[in-house]
Amino acid sequence: MNTLFGEKKEGATKIVLKSVDEYPEAPVTLGTTLINFTGDWRTFIPVVDDSKCVKCYICWKFCPEPAIFIREDGYVGVDYDYCKGCGICANECPTKAITMEKEEK
Amino acid sequence: MAEYKPIRKVVSGNYAAAYAAKHARVDVVAAYPITPQTSIIEKIAEFIANGEVENLEYVAVESEHSAMAACIGASAAGARTFTATSAQGLALMHEMLHWASGARLPVVMVDVNRAMAPPWSVWDDQTDSLAQRDTGWMQFYAENNQEVYDGVLMAFKIAETVNLPAMIIESAFILSHTYDVVEMIPQELVDEFLPPRKPLYDLTDFEKPFSVGALGTPADYYEFRYKIQKAMEEAKKVIHEVGKEFGERFGRDYSQMIELYRTDDADFVFMGMGSLMGTVKQAVDVLREEGYKVGAAKVRWFRPFPKEELYELAKSVDGIAVLDRNYSFGQEGILFNEAKGSLYNTDAKPLIKNYIVGLGGRDFTVADVRKIAENMKAIIEKGELDVEVDWYHLKR
Repeated sequence: MNTLFGEKKEGATKIVLKSVDEYPEAPVTLGTTLINFTGDWRTFIPVVDDSKCVKCYICWKFCPEPAIFIREDGYVGVDYDYCKGCGICANECPTKAITMEKEEK
Repeated sequence: MAEYKPIRKVVSGNYAAAYAAKHARVDVVAAYPITPQTSIIEKIAEFIANGEVENLEYVAVESEHSAMAACIGASAAGARTFTATSAQGLALMHEMLHWASGARLPVVMVDVNRAMAPPWSVWDDQTDSLAQRDTGWMQFYAENNQEVYDGVLMAFKIAETVNLPAMIIESAFILSHTYDVVEMIPQELVDEFLPPRKPLYDLTDFEKPFSVGALGTPADYYEFRYKIQKAMEEAKKVIHEVGKEFGERFGRDYSQMIELYRTDDADFVFMGMGSLMGTVKQAVDVLREEGYKVGAAKVRWFRPFPKEELYELAKSVDGIAVLDRNYSFGQEGILFNEAKGSLYNTDAKPLIKNYIVGLGGRDFTVADVRKIAENMKAIIEKGELDVEVDWYHLKR
């Protein structure tokens, strides 16, 4: 795998570079957000109710990660690999289509 | 290759720096004016206003910290980037200097050596640049306006080869505002010598996005520090090669990191950096006529430090008088400290004494060098130092 520009892999963990020669010349990010999922930090999980969603995409604009994506059918989805459960989307949603629920792990 | 016919111009050290930046075809200049650096930036602004440069973006910023931040952004995007500063301004950049070297960006900067306040001073002193010793920047000390011009052009080539930033350092007023003849290189020859920059990573390649300067955990940070050290070691070779090439093309050889002047049969040498070495060379000529066997060793590159060249010199002499226009409080002159430390584990053990001279622009003349020579001669005859650090000018 290209250590500099990694691809998102299911269940991937951090690449461990074993020798100094494997390191890139400059400390550019080794595509770590593509391989290091940050979604396991949360306690609450946003759940979208499509019947209330009006496709205004305010949640998409406000998501700081950004873990909200627009699905092919035009409604919004949440990339739970990166969602940290901050709840900004639920707070900003004008139709209350997003609710924060306690995540069962 | 076109024949080299120098263009002679009478310019100040600051204008020499500005012309060099122009001839290097820099893409971005971000700077905040500060005495005595100001006229570098004014000259560059004039080039832009007169349409003498193409595609040169001058970014007006609100502080030196921002100036370096803008340079880092521009350099990360692939631009050839230049800035200039002095003293307190350089100190304000300090935090950002680490970002440039840590991210391996070949920014080139001219620092006009100026004493740190208080007391407020605008005169020459090397403590501002030497305080940036550990930031990962290469440092070149220019003796005269010609070396300011040549230094900037070479610095771009060296910096872009090893991917480290470089600082070209000139004396406040002694060089920055004093006019001298500088032999400039025709643009097409500069272009041959210094081709466009090829960045290590291209931030404008949107197919391969990456971020610069993100988190480095204890598992990775250490290796990146080591890589900077390796690049510094590599830089010694590159400096030699580029300096030699410069000499072959333009007749001024910079292949040695320490310039030796009449040291071959010298009993002792004066070692120092920057414009004061011009005075020293002149004094060496006078002293030689008076029967002193002395020479001058001008340290051109302070980072990377020319340890090996210093060792070769130290083997052949009985004494070294290190002239420091700077001071590290609580210890001693900075060049002295470096030189002494570099020789400790070697078999070269000349008597090495530190003279603190010229702080804050105090005049340093040929007569002063003669007094130091008399003192050095007496020390060598006796075989031991009187004092290790001599505050030479102090009113006693």
